[in-house]
Amino acid sequence: MSTWIPESASNLAASVDNLTLFITIVSVFFFVLISAVLVGFAIKYRRKSEDQETAYITHNQLIETIWTIIPTILLMVIFVWGWVAFKELRNPPAEAIEVNVVARQWLWEFEYFTGKKSLNELFVQQNKPVRLIMRSEDVIHSFFVPQFRVKQDILPGSYTQLWFTPTKVGTFDLLCAEYCGSGHSKMLAKVNVLSPESFARWEKRDEFEDGAAVAAISTSPAERGKDLYSQRGCLACHSIDGKEVIGPTFKNLYGRTETLEDGSSVLVDENYLRESIYEPQAKMVKGYPPSMPSFKGILPEDEVTALIEYIKTLK
Amino acid sequence: MANGVMTQTQHVSFLAEKGFKSWILTTDHKRIGILYLITISFFFMIAGLMALGMRYELMTPELDFFRTPTEYNVAFTLHGSLMVFFFIVPGIAASFGNFLIPLMIGARDVAFPRINLLSFWIYLVGTAILLSALLQPADTGWTFYTPYSIQTGTKVILITLGVFVLGFSSILTGMNFIVTIHKLRAPGMTWDRLPLFIWASYATAILQLLATPVVGITLLLLIAERTFDIGFFDPAKGGDPILFQNFFWFYSHPAVYIMVIPAFGIISEIIPVFARKPIFGYKAIAYSSFAIAIISFFVWAHHMFVSGISETAAAIFSFLTMLVAIPTAIKVFNWTATLYKGSIEFHSSMLYAMSFIVLFTVGGLTGVYLGALAVDVHLHDTYFIVAHMHYVMIGGTVMGFFGALHFWYQKWFGKVFNELIAKAAWFLIFVGFNVTFFPQFFMGYQGMPRRYATYPVEYVSYHSLSTYGSWILGLGILIMTVNLLLPLMRKGQPESSNPYGSLSLEWQVPSPPPHENFKEIPTVTDWTYAYGKK
Repeated sequence: MSTWIPESASNLAASVDNLTLFITIVSVFFFVLISAVLVGFAIKYRRKSEDQETAYITHNQLIETIWTIIPTILLMVIFVWGWVAFKELRNPPAEAIEVNVVARQWLWEFEYFTGKKSLNELFVQQNKPVRLIMRSEDVIHSFFVPQFRVKQDILPGSYTQLWFTPTKVGTFDLLCAEYCGSGHSKMLAKVNVLSPESFARWEKRDEFEDGAAVAAISTSPAERGKDLYSQRGCLACHSIDGKEVIGPTFKNLYGRTETLEDGSSVLVDENYLRESIYEPQAKMVKGYPPSMPSFKGILPEDEVTALIEYIKTLK
Repeated sequence: MANGVMTQTQHVSFLAEKGFKSWILTTDHKRIGILYLITISFFFMIAGLMALGMRYELMTPELDFFRTPTEYNVAFTLHGSLMVFFFIVPGIAASFGNFLIPLMIGARDVAFPRINLLSFWIYLVGTAILLSALLQPADTGWTFYTPYSIQTGTKVILITLGVFVLGFSSILTGMNFIVTIHKLRAPGMTWDRLPLFIWASYATAILQLLATPVVGITLLLLIAERTFDIGFFDPAKGGDPILFQNFFWFYSHPAVYIMVIPAFGIISEIIPVFARKPIFGYKAIAYSSFAIAIISFFVWAHHMFVSGISETAAAIFSFLTMLVAIPTAIKVFNWTATLYKGSIEFHSSMLYAMSFIVLFTVGGLTGVYLGALAVDVHLHDTYFIVAHMHYVMIGGTVMGFFGALHFWYQKWFGKVFNELIAKAAWFLIFVGFNVTFFPQFFMGYQGMPRRYATYPVEYVSYHSLSTYGSWILGLGILIMTVNLLLPLMRKGQPESSNPYGSLSLEWQVPSPPPHENFKEIPTVTDWTYAYGKK
């Protein structure tokens, strides 16, 4: 079974899996029972001759009572069990560290109590409970990390919360589970569970060093930009192969002359690209919706540079 | 069982009159049933092709078949809306309900034949609106969740208007059937002798009558919000997005039972005939349809366990959801027990009925996972839901529908199809269905979210297996369709008006039945299921 269920990486995973296992045992039992009886009867009582004897049985009080009561008891056990485990999922401990989450089409922003911010990457500490206070800027989204067995819709106009204690160091996929438009399946992010030491180091780092961490695994700015393109969620709206998704494609973008909303034209150079990331609505290319959020204060300058270098390579 | 019976040779079939006018102005319930059958089958095929397209896209993690994610999103929106609102909700109830209810209770037609025709015309208007919506389709999913459905740039109003209009057809049909069942039963056709399909149709009609207005109002509010900017559901305008979900599921959960209860009725008709046994636990099956119908009004929020509803509300709805599983389980046990000490013939319709029991059991049991609160949190909005829902809708309703097509085919059309090909098609459909949807349970538990045009690469083996399954399923349905269409173009008629030895009234008239069914209204003297009574 272990290959059929995702890794369990939070304190809540075990209770969900245990109940799942119980329901699976009950389900397999009844499924096998019904299938076996059905197939057994089908073979035993198949029509061998036209005048085959049949029994005239219309009902049986005893057996009908039994097969009403047994499922009722099992279902009530499952209900209570599910409820008790659900209470645990819904009630964060008082010492949980709070992180503010903003979801929008189609990216995730995280703000920590120290004032640090991160985009499409949530940083949490192993074995420390985290409470996420979440809101949406536009439509309904849903925070889902399969390895943690947690999910919560994120609504515009009110806060919802979710908590977990990550138990394993590693990187886990964060998926948007509530359909939110054309970028829905690209609204992916990472949850980085760090050991206490790495978490302390991460907390002290400023954003530039953050970029440097990315630099450590890449060699050139363009290669860093390639990683950032998916990590920071650009790919939800901008293709790199010429397809029109929501925003303009990055292919052959650099050096092109674009027509703006007001009819004037602009040459796409480094400065135009930088401005379009920090102030997307300043010079809108004609024919696109004004749906891109500003990345000011979210993407540091060195990441923007790396992205621009990457866009230049897309010919 | 009944007198007033005609022989196979001396009658004029209800199909005898030809010409467009004779169809579009008909008040004959059997003809109206055919009109519905043609329309719902048409939408079933279109929506099925959409599904094949989606599965083809999902062969690989990246977007390669559709040009943009929006095209994929439009495809699943149309697949869901067409299947739910234009095929499966009107589906069995309107097609087989129309054909069978008067015949089974010994009546010449429904209580209000002209309202019946009106229902069909309204249905046509709804479909016409929908077909025009196909040119500029929406991308909201069939659930039209706010505020996305208010903010999206695609055209939402036409498709919701189509569904709104369709609602009136559903309400009128439900009303018509309730009155028919109350007032037009033949002498001696008491409530405890009624075929279970009639009980099921009655329970369905109540749901149609009471639940449909709610979705109508909800969609109207959505249209008003999009058109006049009145803030009902969008918090940006002062509305509440969760209110929409409450309204929507208050209809759409009972609607699940509008879709599946008629199939329960069909299974209860087919199994006794081919087992030559009385249905086991008649009263339990009849009453459990009503129990399901009533409880189903109070379980809607189990679609919203992760939407932020209170813990108490979640607990109440989880409890009620568990309750609805009980009558459902009872039915499955009853159908299985009916086979005991029978004389079982494996007619193609019986194969569909038996696969219904197996597949619907999977659908029902996986519903228990979703009713259990903590487990639902993990499984909500994943492929586990997609699989569960298709096991109930295809494994349940569609198997019942296909079973009905094969069972009443001779009676309705007066033709005979090739039984061997029918069995082969059943086999492909059964295998293809399971290969398509069973892997989705595992994929869902591993975390694959639904409504994803692209997906992380670790799910690819499940997805491609599922896509291969969809080809087998599609091939099976194609063969079945051709096998059922071919005899209609040929001459010839069945040798017997009651080839399977059914005791139900519709089999006591010629195939196809004459206009107004019965020369004389029959008098019923015994139970519909008195097979092998000594």
